Amino acid sequence: MTLELFSQYLLAGVTYGIIYAIVGIGFNIIYNTTGIINFAQGEFVMLGGMTAITLTQWLPLPVAIGAAVVVVMLIGALVEILFIRWLDRPSVLRMIIITIGISILIREAALHIWGEGVRSLPYFVGNEITTVPVLGARVSPQVLWVIGVCTLMVLALSLFFKYTLQGKKMQACAANRMAATLCGISTRNMVTLSFMLSAGIGALAGCVMSPITYTQYDAGTGLAIKGFTVAILGGLGSSMAAVAAGLLLGLIESFSVSVVPLAFQDAISITLLLAILFFRPHGLFGSKDAAGLKEF
Amino acid sequence: MKRSFAATIIMLAVSLAMSVSVAIAETIKVGAILAMTGPASFLGAPEARTLEMLAEEINAKGGINGNKIALVIKDSGGNPEKAISFAKQLIEEEKVFAIIGPSTSGETLKIKQICESGKTILLSCAAAEQIVEPVAKYVFKTPQKDSHVVHAIFESMKAAKISKIAVLASNTGFGQAGKGQIEKQAPESGIQVLATEVYDSKATDLSAIVAKLAANKEIQAVINWSVEPAQAIVLKNIRQAGWKVPIYQSHGFGNIKYVQAAGAAAEGVIFPAGRLLIADKLANKNPQKAVLTSYTKNYETKFKEDVSTFGGHAYDAFKILCRGIELAGTNREKVRDAIENLKGFVGTAGIFNFSPTDHNGLGTDSVTMLTVKGGTFVEYKK
Repeated sequence: MTLELFSQYLLAGVTYGIIYAIVGIGFNIIYNTTGIINFAQGEFVMLGGMTAITLTQWLPLPVAIGAAVVVVMLIGALVEILFIRWLDRPSVLRMIIITIGISILIREAALHIWGEGVRSLPYFVGNEITTVPVLGARVSPQVLWVIGVCTLMVLALSLFFKYTLQGKKMQACAANRMAATLCGISTRNMVTLSFMLSAGIGALAGCVMSPITYTQYDAGTGLAIKGFTVAILGGLGSSMAAVAAGLLLGLIESFSVSVVPLAFQDAISITLLLAILFFRPHGLFGSKDAAGLKEF
Repeated sequence: MKRSFAATIIMLAVSLAMSVSVAIAETIKVGAILAMTGPASFLGAPEARTLEMLAEEINAKGGINGNKIALVIKDSGGNPEKAISFAKQLIEEEKVFAIIGPSTSGETLKIKQICESGKTILLSCAAAEQIVEPVAKYVFKTPQKDSHVVHAIFESMKAAKISKIAVLASNTGFGQAGKGQIEKQAPESGIQVLATEVYDSKATDLSAIVAKLAANKEIQAVINWSVEPAQAIVLKNIRQAGWKVPIYQSHGFGNIKYVQAAGAAAEGVIFPAGRLLIADKLANKNPQKAVLTSYTKNYETKFKEDVSTFGGHAYDAFKILCRGIELAGTNREKVRDAIENLKGFVGTAGIFNFSPTDHNGLGTDSVTMLTVKGGTFVEYKK
């Protein structure tokens, strides 16, 4: 394998890996604060892309993306207030079914609003055929945007959780809900904030990857499955582990093309998910004891 | 006692009157199974719009010999399992006269037997050869055969002195049928297939596989065979990897929306198609020109979007069915016979000459090579 081929595989793997990681982090944020697995996570990504595409008709590109992220954050808050907030200590199974239902609702609404066609945002730099040389391979500059923006998001999130008051409040809720309430933290607001945060990062990822992958009303489902795989693979609850797991999955999918036929690419991620669930359900980086204390 | 007696008389009178009025004009129910949403929506959506436009047109003129057409369109999303259940529903519950569609080869092959045993005429808008080979009495198709399309591509390649190619195909019935035809015809055309890769119809990125193919410096051209958005994605992936190889597509590229989706990456792509896409550039004496320009004008005025070859396949299916009903009335068997013996029928895909052994009716001359220049379709001149 030449250096050029290796670099192409590497870059393709990192691009997709980091997108999966962002979706996985979205799962983790909501899971940490509420114990819910939000299967509508993929739809937030799709909504981000679609809303930005509609807004570019009236606003310049960066403003449209910013506005789309805000809009999707509001939708995330709305979802939480309408469907999740008034539930009284629901069981895990009930929550999963509810979030699957929400994702179907959002998907059908998107179909009615935007139709069945594929759309995409314009490339941030250049157009469909611009390429730049990176590490001996040639990629579209959009790939660099995806990697750059998503890395910044991950860094910003870790700073948020570590150093800001809100971030620490959310971590407190994740550690022990009862103790957090006793400390005066409004867990209900933390739940809404966690939905808004997940929706926001999903939306931004959706915008930045739209020129490469196109956005379609049903793009959310496949992403949600991959994101969920990544969250489980890293160990449910840990965002850093999700990043590592996401990159791992992206690289495995990308390099697998050199040994197995392309048709098996999706099968690989599903097989990995099943293997992890069978042999190491607390994930590659999670600890067995900590996992035992959680409800899921 | 008296009231219920009167009510019964009135009921009998009304039902008698209704049964008399029903006997005067028959409504012909025509079913359609189309992929209006899903990965094949660039096929099914124009097909559905075309059928609605044509049905409206014909009913406005009073129908065929007084019989109005009632369309029952079902959205299969390109999913073969849904196509099967809709086919059964249309044949057994709705008892349709004929079914137009489905949009994709995978779906058609799954319902071929159902329509044959249900003795319902099926006019498919899908391309795979196996739809009409072996010939089933009630099953016809309107797009050009993929064997003719592949032949046209290979002729064009030979003229460009290309002999070593790579093939990319989607894992749908259409992709697999095309791949099969390419592999079958390659040896006799002197073309060597150096690499074949199959990808999932929902794939959103093919850059890894493009990298693998680009590393093989012997490849002189790439053929892609699919009808999904992957057709546009693969173009972008190839150009973004800095690979300037000539790209050939299947006749599934015949919707300008794919060109718009791929933007600058679609320039110079070569593909075979019927003459619908270059209707205005045809010579006036071309037998198809009148049909093509009138369909183009009506469709583009009504729906404010460009015509595609797929809408054209639905147009041909509907018009062929109407011709059959015009000639033979409303008896299914007679209409089937009429369609089977139709000769010289001018459609959008070409001039149809059906026969008991040929339920497609199109030949190699129905296909012409087109390319993309400045974001529009033009004829490919070697």
